[in-house]
Amino acid sequence: MRTFFPYQPYLSSSTLIHHLGSYRSFYGRLGGLILVSHPGVKPKTQIEKNLENLQKIRTESAIELLGLYKKANAGHIASSLSCLEILIYLSCHKMKESDYLILSKGHAACGLYVALAQAGRLSKDLLSTYYANGTMLAAHPSCSGKIPSIPFGTGSLGHGLSLATGLVLSQQFTKKNFKVFAVLSDGDCNEGSTWEAALFAGHHQLQNLHVIIDYNKLQGIGSTESILDMQPMNRKWEEFGFETFVAEDGNDFDGLNLAFKSLEELDSKKPKCIVANTTKGHGVSFMQNRVEWHYLPMSETEFKKAIEETDA
Amino acid sequence: MRKEFSQWAENRGRTYSDFIFLTGDLGFNALEGVQEAMGPRFLNAGVSEQNMISMAAALAHQGLSPLCYSIAPFAVFRPAEQIRVDLCLHNMNVKIVGNGGGYGYGIMGPTHHAIEDIGVLSGFPKMKCFIPFCNSAVASVADEMMNYKGPSYLRLGYGVAPDTIESFDIYHSIQKIKSGNNLTIIGLGPIILNALQAIDELEQSADCFVINELPIPELSKTLRDSILKTSKVLVIEEHVSRGGLAEHLAFHLCKMAIAPKIFVSHSAQGYPSGLSGNQVFHQTESGLDKESIKRTLVRLFNS
Repeated sequence: MRTFFPYQPYLSSSTLIHHLGSYRSFYGRLGGLILVSHPGVKPKTQIEKNLENLQKIRTESAIELLGLYKKANAGHIASSLSCLEILIYLSCHKMKESDYLILSKGHAACGLYVALAQAGRLSKDLLSTYYANGTMLAAHPSCSGKIPSIPFGTGSLGHGLSLATGLVLSQQFTKKNFKVFAVLSDGDCNEGSTWEAALFAGHHQLQNLHVIIDYNKLQGIGSTESILDMQPMNRKWEEFGFETFVAEDGNDFDGLNLAFKSLEELDSKKPKCIVANTTKGHGVSFMQNRVEWHYLPMSETEFKKAIEETDA
Repeated sequence: MRKEFSQWAENRGRTYSDFIFLTGDLGFNALEGVQEAMGPRFLNAGVSEQNMISMAAALAHQGLSPLCYSIAPFAVFRPAEQIRVDLCLHNMNVKIVGNGGGYGYGIMGPTHHAIEDIGVLSGFPKMKCFIPFCNSAVASVADEMMNYKGPSYLRLGYGVAPDTIESFDIYHSIQKIKSGNNLTIIGLGPIILNALQAIDELEQSADCFVINELPIPELSKTLRDSILKTSKVLVIEEHVSRGGLAEHLAFHLCKMAIAPKIFVSHSAQGYPSGLSGNQVFHQTESGLDKESIKRTLVRLFNS
């Protein structure tokens, strides 16, 4: 018999233990609420089916992504794989038509493109033009505004959160209602402008702002621990006025879902932040946690191995 | 000029409901009327110029008409990349207003001066810089800035009410403000008033033009004809000549194969002595004060 937890009914025992920690620390912060388990088997809900489907989408997207990177002979592969699940979860599951997604870590643009294409927010025909001369899909999202699902071009770190904050701020004047999701990297969190925006969003209680930190703990040329240690990341965001949740495995759809649902459950006026513990190069063994795969393109052999591992 | 600008912003705020005023925590004893007129549409972003500019880009994305205010150096140099990327590359309709352009903040020191602002901004795509030269021109220049649906910058200097020339409530990017025969003077911002006073004291006459907008799309026929007539040009700007009016003019003149016999540039020279003083002190060190201009004028009239 499986053990049922709200929002996360069917977990393997190892994953369950994994998530139990974050669940406890989350509620612990709220004042020691007692965690109660509910035995029993429930039929799968639509959301659960959707989440299962996301895994299939993830596999398709990763294969597509690796193919695009190989054809382009381009780098930033591991950066895209680090946040691919986040981008798919948002584009294909979480976001409504009127919501906005801003990829502040613009160097993972290929991940964004494949996720948006899967969600029908970007023409799949465009994907084949990735990296080619005359394309709308450059290494970093373009500033041209030609793709409605990409409201802003990014690539220089530290812009995304301010842009997202401004979009949410605009609601005070336009009375429109939408959510904004900003995906930030470790490097983004080095930028002072990110914390300017965090201060503003916290102070003004911009509740429709959702920050997701793709926290793989590697940045440009080394580990965050050795360059600028951001620990404890979640505490920083909490102190800046955000409701914060640590997704222990940010490459896991159930984990991401738990994080979003848990924050929603709070019904808080504060902006939200999910610190998603991710693995750079997730899903490709020889890329995982390797700084060099921030930059390297794949050889033929590496490409084949990456595809084999992804399609397994 | 800040008073005239504040009055203009207050009126604009009362009239246009999409107008959003952001300040980088500056404007004490100046923007209170704007705040009162605009209510929640007046927003203090804090001392966070980078965030202010990017947020304004997002407000413009949503169809609003944001304006970001600070003193000129803080409005331009700190968030230069945000201006380039989030405003200019995206062609966002965001207005930046910098008070105290040039040496306007005098004894506050170089951190508070903006003598390279137009040089920085005018190379960015779609960016237009607007530079009113006198208090009575502020409203018309600001209106023109709002009519342009793209990123722009209003440089407010320290101007005095011009009592020798007519009112300037009709906008021209290049404006003739005085007529004469022997010399063409072209100025940027309120520093042109020093030249006007110098001419009067010398009891001479010259064609005087102010440039209200940079980059200049093209030289007006009136200005071209004046330069061809006098073949003597004096350029005055409280800005370094690199990236400033002198370089813009030289580019246009070369393009049109117009080569005046004399082309003299009086521009900001930075901080030659390394010492500090009020605005006039720094203008004098750069040869932009009335007496320095007068000496140049005597030389030019006699050549």
